[in-house]
Amino acid sequence: MNKPIRTMAVVCLTLFLALLLNVTYVQYWQAESLSSLSEHPDNVRVRDAEFSRERGSILVRGQAVAESVPSDDAYQFQRQYPRPLQFAHLAGFFSRDSGLGGVEASQNSILSGSDSRLFGYRVVDLADNEQPRGGSVTLTIDPAAQRAAYEGLAALGDDVQGAVVALEPSTGKVLAMVSSPRFDPNRLSSHDFSAASDYRNQLLDAPRRPLDNRAIEEALPPGSVFKLVTAAAALESGDYEPDTQVDGRASLDLPQTSTTLPNLGGGSCGGDTVSLTRALEVSCNVAFGSIGLDLGAEALREQSQKFGFDTRTFEDLDDALTRQAVSTIGDPDEPQTALSAIGQSNVVATPLQMAMVAAGIANDGVVRRPYLVDEILSPKLETLERTDPEDMPDQPAMSPENARDLREMMVSVVDNGTGTTAQIDGVDVGGKTGTAQSAPDRPPYAWFVSFAPADTPSVAVAVLVQDAGVERNQISGSGLAAPIARAVMQAVIG
Amino acid sequence: MSSQSAPASRGFVHRRRRGAELALLLLSLAVGIGAYLAVGLGVDGTVPVDLLTYGAWLALLVIACHVVIRLVAPYADPVLLPVVSSLNGLGLAVIHRIDLANEAKGSGFGPFAGTQLTWMTLGAGLFVAVLLLLRDHRRLQSLTYTAGLAAIVLLLMPLVPGLGRTINGSRIWIGVGPFSFQPGEVAKVLLVVAFAGYLVVHRDALALAGRRFLFVDLPRGRDLGPIVAMWLISLGILVFQRDLGSSLLFFGLFLVMLYIATERPGWLVVGGALFVGGAYAGWLALSHVQARVAAWLDPFGSDVDAYQLVQGLYGMAWGGLVGRGLGQGRPDITPLSWSDFIVTAIGEELGLTGVMAVILLYGILVERALRTALICRDNFGKLMAAGLGVVVALQVFVVIGGVTRLIPLTGLTTPFLSQGGSSLIANWVIVALLVRISDQARRPPPQLLSSDDDDADATQVVRMR
Repeated sequence: MNKPIRTMAVVCLTLFLALLLNVTYVQYWQAESLSSLSEHPDNVRVRDAEFSRERGSILVRGQAVAESVPSDDAYQFQRQYPRPLQFAHLAGFFSRDSGLGGVEASQNSILSGSDSRLFGYRVVDLADNEQPRGGSVTLTIDPAAQRAAYEGLAALGDDVQGAVVALEPSTGKVLAMVSSPRFDPNRLSSHDFSAASDYRNQLLDAPRRPLDNRAIEEALPPGSVFKLVTAAAALESGDYEPDTQVDGRASLDLPQTSTTLPNLGGGSCGGDTVSLTRALEVSCNVAFGSIGLDLGAEALREQSQKFGFDTRTFEDLDDALTRQAVSTIGDPDEPQTALSAIGQSNVVATPLQMAMVAAGIANDGVVRRPYLVDEILSPKLETLERTDPEDMPDQPAMSPENARDLREMMVSVVDNGTGTTAQIDGVDVGGKTGTAQSAPDRPPYAWFVSFAPADTPSVAVAVLVQDAGVERNQISGSGLAAPIARAVMQAVIG
Repeated sequence: MSSQSAPASRGFVHRRRRGAELALLLLSLAVGIGAYLAVGLGVDGTVPVDLLTYGAWLALLVIACHVVIRLVAPYADPVLLPVVSSLNGLGLAVIHRIDLANEAKGSGFGPFAGTQLTWMTLGAGLFVAVLLLLRDHRRLQSLTYTAGLAAIVLLLMPLVPGLGRTINGSRIWIGVGPFSFQPGEVAKVLLVVAFAGYLVVHRDALALAGRRFLFVDLPRGRDLGPIVAMWLISLGILVFQRDLGSSLLFFGLFLVMLYIATERPGWLVVGGALFVGGAYAGWLALSHVQARVAAWLDPFGSDVDAYQLVQGLYGMAWGGLVGRGLGQGRPDITPLSWSDFIVTAIGEELGLTGVMAVILLYGILVERALRTALICRDNFGKLMAAGLGVVVALQVFVVIGGVTRLIPLTGLTTPFLSQGGSSLIANWVIVALLVRISDQARRPPPQLLSSDDDDADATQVVRMR
């Protein structure tokens, strides 16, 4: 019987080895992820420890937008947000029972001090018998632009659904990102836990979803601002120049169907044929619809992908609660291609995506990857890491010459066309309006994308006003969205 | 077919090694008493007032066991008792630590450490009694059917109305007055005795007949009776007592002992197929099995009730490599951390290091049991020692694997660590039996026989020069 006993000894050895490997996996390899509040907000041990620890700050130009202050209740520190409404969707919240949001979540390991990059500081704190402290992060935000964006949206009312994104075209830095309606992170992070969770439930039940960051979570038809992508594809095809004559009639027959695509208002765009520049100035549906049919869906898709469509481009606000929307032009058939070319049909885009289109055109055709976290700082505020700007994949999106041509076309939209409300004294501004139809019974969305100054752009902006609660005929990109974009650009240019 | 296998190596005589056992025992006491001291320092920052009396009692118990071994089992394996003593001492300290936490937050559970110490005393008493009363383990072979019958009665007792109790969803308890008892733990020991006695007699019939199929010798259909009976009993435990762990343990034990007795892997194939079939049917039919599997596959899923498992994992992750230190973690967050989930509490406060030490201690225990089985001279002793070793190995694997999410969670106690009297005394008896068998196995063969052998050897030597 000794042979099977020896076999069983080997079997038992295997069982115990499996146990040893598994506990090593749990307590060594998996431990960091299990002890990460952003991944497991219900981990009470970690949560209570982090609530009792001095958490790092989230900084904007040296000013904290989220900081820990001493508290004398059950936990030693209280999280505070000095500008709660402006930075609600960026800084996020640090709540005991509702988890973490925004940068609080995405940079939690740094802020809580558990990140391996802070290991040396942890050892020193331990040796000095001090509580380990967290590191800080600096955001790329321009506070003036952020305030302008916030105030612009807030002026339309507390309930307006909309978002503003401003990017620095040469780097991809997010200069401003505001979503409305917003919430108060101080109330969510309160140590009055029942009040905090009441507030959380109230936010979750609110029909206008104030917790959503519409700048990245809401993909809607971009309407006429998508004509920039169509124009870029046209120029890149080599068949079109800014003064190429295109179809300017009152309506376009859609192939394979009996329907026609009319212009907004029903008239012609100024003649049977108009120049491409003029077509953009007046946002001519017929012209861009026929360009779309000419180029085909594949060319539109390729051009949109070079601008960042069909990818999740932005990583700095990834957390358990954020469902980043992906911009896409869908899968149009031939008649739909004409509609896609004017940003209708199945085309959807986030405000961030449309800001990237403007930034790519402004940056000589090269789209930079957008980022929000600029620097990672040690507890002593020494810089540990700085984010380097990088290109999106598959660049350039268009040649520098074509980008310059398109910039000039956009400047003339603001000078002579639909975007006059974005004009700034003494500065050349390029822009494009959009008023997108969602459903016949729902009010349209107002879009505006722009950049300034036109020769060396330092800011690109996208504004979406989804529902301003105003009369249907008053909703337009130039009326609602362009003034906000103008204020943000002015704030950046100074 | 009687017990006449030759000793493993002729001429080699095991030493008694009682001094080594004593040294190891002192080390194990340092673990147990040191852990108790660390708990006091960690929780209150002071040396526990009863440290001396507690330490003295613990020392008294294990030294008494040691002295009895010296007297009636002088050749016993010297590692068995120290391993058990350190596991039991560590378990007591951790249970005491969780008592303090439960008391601090007023959870209403416990205290358990006091009763556990009483049970340990009882266990050590049974250990001594087994050694004193059972001078030769082969006498147990005459109790084969008595033990089997007793085991079945014990297993059925929880189902008797008025006597059985359902605790935490499993009907595996009996209650008399304020006391509750888990008869399955005792049945475990009796089953090993019964299986060993039955198999040692019937092993030839089970081993020799059969046909070969795909390189594996499969047993005859008519010999399948016992295995099918055991399979049905295990399924019965699963269905009527809702106890996944015991069901798995008993069937696995029987299967392994059958394989060892017959030396035919074919039984493992048949048994494995029966197990897979039974487990699959159980998963299809029983909601509590489905819930366990779902919790195992995705404990963090939103529609899964895996709170206990997840809290155990969080605790272990919180402990990391070296642990928070005794008294510095929060093991009380995990439900039943003093019982089934005590390993996660150890992982939290003593870290991966502590858990590995515990698993290795179990590994040593099992290894010593199997070694005893290898060198044992009689087949009944071989089967029993191997069975006892395997039952500990299986139980440790099922419970630690369960709470660390290696396999689906099943309710079983962690031998010597978990709070629970039935389990503790049953495991002390297991160790007593192992000590007894190892004493027999390591004892030098009778002098007369060995001198004959020497002569016989001498006549065969051919000197070349």
